Amino acid sequence: MEASSIPPTERGRLAVAGARATTAAMLGDQPRKDVLRNNLFAGLLLLAVLIALAGLIALIAQATVKGWSAFSFDLFTNPPSTLDVSNAGFRPALIGSGMLIVGVILFVVPIGVGAAIYLEEYADRTKWWNRLIELNLQNLAAVPSIIYGILGLGFIVRGPLDLGFILAAGAITLALLVLPIVIIAGREAIRAVPSSIREGSLALGATQWQTVRQQVLPAAIPGITTGVILAVSRALGETAPLLLVGATVFVTFNPEPFSPDGYSALPVQIFQYATRSQEEFKALAAAGIIVMLGVLIVMNSFAIWLRNRYEQRW
Amino acid sequence: MTQDPTSREGRTGAGGGEAAGGQAELSIRPTFQHDQHLSKEKVFELKDINVFYGENLAVQDISLDIYKQQVTAMIGPSGCGKSTLLRCLNRMNDLIPSAKVTGQALYHGEDLYGPKVDPVQVRKLIGMVFQKPNPFPKSIYDNVAFGPRVLGMDGDMDEIVEKALRRSALWDEVKDRLETNAFGMSGGQQQRLCIARCIAVEPDTILMDEPCSALDPISTGKIEDLMMDMKRDFSIVIVTHNMQQAARVSDRTAFLMVELDATEQSRWGRLVEYDETQKIFTNPASSRTEDYVSGKVG
Repeated sequence: MEASSIPPTERGRLAVAGARATTAAMLGDQPRKDVLRNNLFAGLLLLAVLIALAGLIALIAQATVKGWSAFSFDLFTNPPSTLDVSNAGFRPALIGSGMLIVGVILFVVPIGVGAAIYLEEYADRTKWWNRLIELNLQNLAAVPSIIYGILGLGFIVRGPLDLGFILAAGAITLALLVLPIVIIAGREAIRAVPSSIREGSLALGATQWQTVRQQVLPAAIPGITTGVILAVSRALGETAPLLLVGATVFVTFNPEPFSPDGYSALPVQIFQYATRSQEEFKALAAAGIIVMLGVLIVMNSFAIWLRNRYEQRW
Repeated sequence: MTQDPTSREGRTGAGGGEAAGGQAELSIRPTFQHDQHLSKEKVFELKDINVFYGENLAVQDISLDIYKQQVTAMIGPSGCGKSTLLRCLNRMNDLIPSAKVTGQALYHGEDLYGPKVDPVQVRKLIGMVFQKPNPFPKSIYDNVAFGPRVLGMDGDMDEIVEKALRRSALWDEVKDRLETNAFGMSGGQQQRLCIARCIAVEPDTILMDEPCSALDPISTGKIEDLMMDMKRDFSIVIVTHNMQQAARVSDRTAFLMVELDATEQSRWGRLVEYDETQKIFTNPASSRTEDYVSGKVG
């Protein structure tokens, strides 16, 4: 063999050099390609984030640039006007939106949380009707909002409920729209409570209702609240269904929940200003967008804070 | 060792003092509890218990009697159905929709699965401590007070809580922080809190499902001491993986084994042997028991 002609020390040196080269190849050469690939993908992913953010930033920037001249605290206190543009504001729309939100919360919290508790704690998943409910709930969350507007018009404003074009009808319509979101978020929150807590409670002789009421619900409340806030902020931004259930009137007075005189909401008011041809109204619409974005960011930040603050780590 | 059961009959009432003595002299505690008073009063009488999960048999034809104020251990390899059997005793299996129990389970002569029996009432009398400590995400005080509150127990709540914490040897460690969250306790303390929570509702029997498997040896020792103390007032059934634990704490031991069908597709648990702990560990009737307790299989 050729190797035998090499002196032992030489052979040792060769072996060490060979091993070193192999190690170097494994540690150094190969990864260079990987590093490149890694960076490439990280860059692509970052690009995706930036594109998503760019839309939001562009919107905020445009609204600020266009609307800053019209932005003042008079916006919150003055009613809208077509004649006196410099003094026109959003007061009835803001009050209308506030009332709509209260109505949505009153409607959506008991029904949404109740449905979530039933589906998570009581429903027997082996039964076909419960599976059907689950399937429909997922689909319901994806139904376009205009469909809810038509439903509200046909069943709440007219039809069986026949409430007329009142603010309460708008609130119920929006509540139906966001109900699936609340139910799904509520179920997630309830499911996150480990079954060992339920078992511990039941093993003490507590009834199922006592267990749900005193152990599961308190532990799930931060998650449920987060879901409700996110649902409400979605309702706040909805325009299409409101246009169908009565929020089209140009109101200059403060709306009442059950008055047939008409009501307005912030996004509807923005829409009305934006459709006018004069530049002053466009600036006013942009100022309205700043207000609405501000409210939405505050609400969503509160939801995130709440989740991080009270999230139970099991 | 050679005492026959009748000679223990006459020692009613002495058990408490002995158990307390055993707790104080930890290091010289006897390996077996055979020298203590053994009650002949039956708490549970199981006859031909089968448990199914859907179509699958989980435990087959279990018949055994569990006696009052004794610690009864269930040992056996994983999957032998000892936890499943334990959960039959307070109807926790009812929580699994597909679970079905056949056979007869008498509790003080009453059929646990009788048509008029409410599982909630069963669980008031038969408490349970779980494998993983599962304190509620509340204060230490509220953890203990929860059971008495929902059961509407009479009496001063502070007293009930203090008594339960003292009986679970936890009072001195937590008396200054009763209002802090139970999640801040160590694992062993959490498990003793779960025992306190269980004691607070004054059950008749306490079921323990591998209560020490998530704990370190020192915490385990404390809970074993506690069990020796608790059996003065309660009947205890403990499922354990740890054979030494069964030998240390129990008066009677049931050994369950996994059975496989010919195709090895399905497996279920069967009772191999049930006797006084001392006999199971020193002179078992079945060679399968002997192989298991001596560590040849398992």
